[in-house]
Formats: sequence, structure tokens, C-alpha cells
Amino acid sequence: MEIPYTTQPREDTGLYNAKLGIWLFLASEVMLFGALFSSYILLRVGAAEGAWPHGLMNIPIGTFNTVVLITSSVTVVLSWAALKLGNFKRYQKIQAVTVICALGFLGIKTTEYNEKFHHYEIWFNEPMTVAEHPNLMNQSFVEETTINKELIGTVPSLIGHLNYIDKDGEKHHAGIAWTLATLKEKEIEEIEFELDTFHYRIPARIQAQIKKSGKYDKGEHETIRVQVSDLRRMSAFVPAHSTFFAIYFTMTALHALHVLAGAIVIAYILWRNNKLWKRDPERYTNRVEVSGLFWHFVDLVWIFLFPILYLL
Amino acid sequence: MQATTTEKTEHTEHHDHHHHDIGFLRSYVFSTDHKIIGIQYGVTALAFLLFGFFLVLLMRFQIGYPGETIPVVGGLLEKLLGDVAAEGKMQPDLYNAFGAMHGTIMVFLGVVPLAFAAFGNYVVPLQIGAIDMAFPRINMVSYQCYAAGGVIMFVSFFIPGGAAQAGWTSYSPLATVIPTNGQTFWILGMVMLITSSLLGSVNFIATIIQLRAPGMTWMRMPFFVWTQFITGFILLLAFPPLEAASVMQLMDRLFDTSFYLPSGLVLSGQPVTQISGGGSPLLWQHLFWFLGHPEVYVLILPAMGVVAEVLACNARRPLWGYRSLVYSVLAVGFISFIVWAHHMYVTGMGTKISTFFQTTTMIISIPSVIILTCLFISLWGGSIRFNTPMCFALAFLPMFGIGGLTGLPLGFNFADLLLHDSYYVIAHFHYVVAPGTIFGLLAGVYFWYPKMTGRLMNEALGQVHFWASLIFMNLIFMPMFAQGMAGMSRRMSDGGAVYAAQAEGMVNEGVIGALSASVIEWNKSITFAACGLMIAQIPFIINFFWSMNNGRKATDNPWNATTLDWQTPTPPPHGNFDKPIAAYRGPYEYSQEGHPTDFTPQNQPDPVKS
Ligand code: HEM
Ligand SMILES: [Cu+2]
Repeated sequence: MEIPYTTQPREDTGLYNAKLGIWLFLASEVMLFGALFSSYILLRVGAAEGAWPHGLMNIPIGTFNTVVLITSSVTVVLSWAALKLGNFKRYQKIQAVTVICALGFLGIKTTEYNEKFHHYEIWFNEPMTVAEHPNLMNQSFVEETTINKELIGTVPSLIGHLNYIDKDGEKHHAGIAWTLATLKEKEIEEIEFELDTFHYRIPARIQAQIKKSGKYDKGEHETIRVQVSDLRRMSAFVPAHSTFFAIYFTMTALHALHVLAGAIVIAYILWRNNKLWKRDPERYTNRVEVSGLFWHFVDLVWIFLFPILYLL
Repeated sequence: MQATTTEKTEHTEHHDHHHHDIGFLRSYVFSTDHKIIGIQYGVTALAFLLFGFFLVLLMRFQIGYPGETIPVVGGLLEKLLGDVAAEGKMQPDLYNAFGAMHGTIMVFLGVVPLAFAAFGNYVVPLQIGAIDMAFPRINMVSYQCYAAGGVIMFVSFFIPGGAAQAGWTSYSPLATVIPTNGQTFWILGMVMLITSSLLGSVNFIATIIQLRAPGMTWMRMPFFVWTQFITGFILLLAFPPLEAASVMQLMDRLFDTSFYLPSGLVLSGQPVTQISGGGSPLLWQHLFWFLGHPEVYVLILPAMGVVAEVLACNARRPLWGYRSLVYSVLAVGFISFIVWAHHMYVTGMGTKISTFFQTTTMIISIPSVIILTCLFISLWGGSIRFNTPMCFALAFLPMFGIGGLTGLPLGFNFADLLLHDSYYVIAHFHYVVAPGTIFGLLAGVYFWYPKMTGRLMNEALGQVHFWASLIFMNLIFMPMFAQGMAGMSRRMSDGGAVYAAQAEGMVNEGVIGALSASVIEWNKSITFAACGLMIAQIPFIINFFWSMNNGRKATDNPWNATTLDWQTPTPPPHGNFDKPIAAYRGPYEYSQEGHPTDFTPQNQPDPVKS
């Protein structure tokens, strides 16, 4: 028994079933991401003065990934157009690019995540001032810049890579996503922190200024030893770090799942579904169209995610 | 409008495929036939309703007789659940778990699957003249997600720490910090259920838009189909925010984020320092009620649809004001998305926001009243058949009326400040969902049972079931209004005993405005009535199973109804119709002049004129 309008559009609606289905599904996806975007706004607007972190994202990588995804959106349309014209070979070639872009996006996102997991922020019981600990920050570039000196002058927290000192005084790299509780569990009393404050916290524009002035030599990280008992809190750049990272990871991970799902479906249709093309080309083309609609939506979400998470 | 019948051949092309043998698993467990899936949903949902009712029965005992050993099942409870039921007594934690799960199970595993998925699946394709749903396989997956969600919820009772305890609303931070993984199970269960209803709603909407038979125009659709259509949209658009909210709560529980945990949180006197803070408890409430309020229309609209069908058929009259009904249900659908924060008046959102939501809440009551009024007027001048489905449908009207009218004071900001979180609220929404929705759905069960099984349910047992249920329902919920207005809070495991005026040893020192003994005394009578209600379901259960094989044989159209679902063989075969079907007229042409019978089926063409 055939259900009507699985391939041919119904006259009065102009849609075949799956196309209507995907539009409905996307409507619900809009509500899903809409809720998350609203949460983002609410959390950000409700954040205490100065509590919302800025400048923690790697903008060049994010931009590159955006380009990758937009490219895939273009190829998805081109491949469908090729199919509509009956050119299966061309469709296959172009659609393969889509899949590659999708995987590229996910790969880059993974390294980005990984980089985040290896950065730590530590908060002190008492805010430290630069004056007390001159090696906390490269004084020269603080002086060079136009940044609010007071803000950078007292340091409630530091960002960097975490090493710890064991009982025999030896230095080790810390693992992923440790917290104060982890340190206490491992009976670690002292840590060494490789400061990376330069990359974070300081706007990229000013970073560039400083670099130009030649007073900052790249490769060197200042290090500082800190007693664990002086710390109020410690967190890697993981969801627990702040509401910013919480929403960042939640939204981008949910988005990445969508990218993955879309890539799997597109790849499946591309390489495993060819028989359908021979049997019922129109139906096959419809499938490509429907998966393409989904893909556009996934891209669109990223177009919104990128500015709110990286730029604003 | 004359129908075009160009597509009719498609419906019957593969007619002869009906009878080939497919195994038991394919035909009953992994079936893609909308009728089987509908029945799967129906049976599962009825079982969950009974289970949810059983939970509340135990809670009622605890409320009536705090701290006493539960009779009959106390020992069993201890064996199954351990310490929380030590000596067969219900500990407060267990009460909380049962309360939260009663709400969750009744709403998400009982009523929605029965009202939307079961009746919708079985009846909608039949009523619009379709051979199946638009996406049969997605339909099957939808049921499987639902079943998985049910299993997850059910299992959570038996894990260490027990099931979720933060109410069906799962407000954070309570839900986040509560030390049982039951809450995590709850979230995962909800995610499955949301997925299920997402798949279901896409399917329903697509089916109704795409698969209407020739001539089945929008204004010829039975009202029931309209209610399902709007319900589908509500589920489609309101559930995803709860999914987002659940994911964030899951993050809070598993990855120590602070979406819902504010800075400076203090737990049992201890400041919580190892979280980032900066979250917002109100965020959860907004996201929850953005679903939560539309959800109550998901609970009520399908029941209204069922009642409309049953009323029109058994009053032998067209529905009065069909168009007003349709436009009202559309209006309800839209407005239901902008009233949610009337559940949050006491959170201190501010008077401006409260006023906005108070206004929209009053506005949405208008279409609801129109619907109820139309249904009442439809009875005027009818020749009413008082069979069991009709009795339930008739009882729905005043019961839902009570529920609806008592909601108005809750919609007013100033009155709600007093009534919020009291037993008044419990009474209000139960009048809507228990003697309201549940009666509507029972009407549907009695009404469509002969179509599903080929046999009618027994009338005598049905009448006993109806009258006993009606009486006990009111004995349960009517006194709760009084208790609530006297100040009794909901979600108290001892039914307010600590607030009793004459509590001995002054445990209630510092309590302002204590509860009088008579208010607390009601707890006992309500508990008895709840037992009575349980007993009243026994005739129904017997009837349900007994009639399958022993009921009176039903004809194809035992109620002489007009809609297309009755113009099929009973029970309908795979593919539903044995000849191409088309609609030529409106859905409720009862007692029309100039027709030989008092009903004119939708698929009966007008006699050729000229
Ligand atoms: C018909 C028999 C029913 C009885 C006797 C009953 C009784 C109760 C009682 C006494 C409470 C309050 C518990 C407390 O505040 O401590 C309650 C809560 C609740 N009931 Fe029912 N109920 C019934 C049916 C239903 C149905 C059919 C639904 C939904 C469709 C429902 C949904 C709820 C919800 C959502 C709550 C709130 C749970 C919470 O506080 O989180 N109940 N019920
Ligand atoms: Cu509401």
C-alpha cells in the first residue's frame, strides 16, 4: 500500500510529505535553539558587573570554521542542483566536499575544545595586586597599553597552564578538568602556573599593538608558584568554569551533534543509497533536498552562534 | 464545493496486500500501522494512569494518617524500596518521590499519550480518510521512544536514593542539588518523551495537511481532528524549550555548571563555593512553564475534541457553532504561548510583567468559554441517548466548567498571591484533568472501543463505572478547594498536621494562622473517597477485558455516526477503507431534513440534481 504524496507534491499544498515534515521539524529546532539563545541572553544580562568573561575564544579559528561551514552550505545546494539536472557524477563530487567540510568543522571544533580543556583559571582568596607580585604580569606591556590599569592592576584570578609539585618537589603536568577538590584529593599543596594572561583577557586589538611595539617576546610564559591554600577556586575552561563556558559548551556541543547527524545522513544518502537513484530518481533527489534543508538550518545556527560566542 | 476525486485510485492500488502473513512481532510489536500503534499507546497509557493513580492512593493514605503503617501493601513497599518505606510507613522522601512521579506519570506518560497519541493515531487518519499516517516508520519510533521514556521513569523508583523528588515541575536549585540520581533519570526520561512527542507531532500535522481524502476540506474536518491539529502544533513548539531546559539541568547535575544556581547560594546553612554561580533559578521556571502552560491545553484540547464527537453523535444534532469552535481552538493554541508566567506571580517578577500575563490569561479564557458554551448549546433540542460514552461526555462539561472557573482567581495576580501552592490549586487543576480530561477520554474509550475491537462494552458495568466515578471524583476534589482556601499547602507529606491549631507540645510554635482541626479532618474523608474511586475503576477494568471476547458484536457503524471513521469495516483492515473514500459534506449532518435516516455520512454524495 502506497501512502500518497511521498514523492509527488500534493496539489493544494505544493509539498511532498517529507518536505513538509522537515519544515515542521525545523520549526521545533528553532524553538530548541531559540530557548538556548534566550537563556544566553538572560544569563548574560543577569551576570554581575564584570563577571561575564571576554576574549577567551580563538577568533581566527572560529572565523575559519565559519568559512568551512558556509562553503558546505554552498556545495549542498550545488550538488542538489546537479542532481536536478540529472548529473549524478557531478552531484557525487560536490556532495563529497560537503561531507569533508562537515568533518573538517568537527575536527577543528575538537582541537578547539581540547585547547580549552588545558587552560586553567585560578581565583585567590585575596585578590593579588601586581605591585605585590611583580612577576605576575609582564609589566612592560601593561604600561604600553591603554587598558584600564586598575583592572589589570589587581588580579582576582589568573589564566594559564597548570603544573603541580608533588611531595618530592617534582613538577608534573596536570590532567584535564581538575578542580580544587582534585588537588586536595591528591594531597597536592603547591602548584606552578604558566601564565597565559596575555592571550586571554587582553583584547586582540591591544595584543596586536603590544606585539608591534616589540616589547613582548612570544614563546615565553611567566610562571608563578602558588600555595593551594591561597586558592578560593580553580577550574579549567570547562562548562563548570562560568556561565559563559556553560552556555558555550552546551550550545556548540548540541550544534556539533547536529553537524554530525547531518553529515551522517548526507553521507549515507551519498554512498549507500545509490540504488534508489536508479529506481526512483525523483525520490532520491527529494531526499537530497530534505537533508540539504536540514544542513542549511545547521549552518544558520552557527551563523548566530559565532558572533554571540566569539565576537560580542 | 464539490469534491475532486483524482487521487482516489492511489488509496486502493495494493488492495490485495492486506492479508498476507506477517509475524506476530511485525504485526503487534514493531507495527507501522497507525491503528496498532494507537492501541499500543492506549494500553500503555492506561496502565500508566492506573500506576500513577496507585501512587497517589498511597500518598493519600499518608496524608490522612501521617506516619501510620500503610495497610495491605506497606510490607511489600518496604521490600521493594527499602528504608524509605521502613516498617511499611511512608517517609517524607518517599512521599516527595511519589508526588513528583505521580504528576510526571499522569501528565507525560498517561494523559498526553492517551489523548494525543492513542486517540490521535487511531482516529485521525480514519476521520480524514487516510490509509495511514504520513510517516508510518517514524510513528513506530515515536512509540518506542515513549516506551523507553516510561521504562526510564519506572526504573528510577528502584535506584538507590529513589525517584525524582522535586515535584513534576523540577524547580532548580532544589532539583539540581537533591542527592538522588532519580532527577537525572527524570531528565533522561523526559528527553525520550519529548523526542517521542516531537516525532508524533510532526507526523500528525503532516498527515492532517497532506493526507486528507478528496473533498475533506478544512471546514469539513471533524472537530476532533482540529483539536489534534492544534495540539500537534503546541507539542511541536512548546516542548523543545523544555528539552533545552532539561539539557541545562543535566549539565548542572553532571558537569557542575551553574545555569540555575545563583551566586552566593547557601545550602543547609553552608555557602556553596566551588561553583561558578551566576545562574538564574527563574530561567528554569520560565523555560518550564513555557512548556507547562501550553501543556495543559495539550491535556484538555483532545478531550474536548472527543467530547464534541460523542455529544454530536448522541444528541443527534449538528455541533452548534462549528466555525466558532474551530476559531476558538485556533485562538487557544496561539494565546497559550503567552500566558506562562501566570505560574510565577509569587517569584517577584515585577508588577508590569505580572499585569501582562494576567491580561493574556483573562483573554485566553474567552475562547475556552466559547468552546464550552457551544458544546452546551449543541445539546439544545437534541434527542439525547444516555449511553455510557454520552454520560461521560456530559459530565465533562460541568466538571471542566468548575475547573475552568476556579482557575480565574488563580489568573489574577492579587488573588493568586494568596492561593498559590495551596490545595486550592490542586483542586482546580484536577477538576480540569481528572473529572475533566479523564472523563472525556473515558468517553472516547467507550465510544471507539467497538471500532477497535468489533465489540461493544457492557452498558450496565459502564453505568456503574460512570456514576461511581462521578461521585467519588467530586468527593475527592471538592473539599480540597475549602482546604486550600483555609491555607493548607500542597506537597506536605503529613497533610498539614504540623500546622494544626491544637498540635500537642507546640511543635507548631511560630506558625501564623494555624489550620483548624476540621480542615485536617477532611484529609481522611478524601482518602476514603480516593479508595472508592479506585474500586470504581474495577468494573471498567473488567469490562475492558471481558468485552473484548464477550461483548455484544458491533456493526460497522454502531452509533449511527456521520464521520468517516465509522464508514469503514469494523475493525478497519490494514489500509482502512475497502473502497476509495471522499467527503461530500460537513462532519455533523445529523437529523437533516429531507434525508431518509437521521444521519448522513460524510462520504455520501448528494443525490444527483436536475
Ligand atoms: C484521579 C485521581 C487523582 C487523584 C486522587 C489525585 C490526587 C493528587 C493529590 C492529592 C496531589 C497533591 C499531592 C501533594 O501536593 O502533596 C496531586 C498532585 C498532582 N496531580 Fe493528581 N490526582 C489524580 C489524578 C491526576 C491526573 C489525571 C493528573 C494529570 C493529568 C494529575 C496531575 C497531578 C499533578 C501534575 C500534580 C502535582 C504534583 C506536584 O506537586 O509536583 N493528577 N494529585
Ligand atoms: Cu498556566
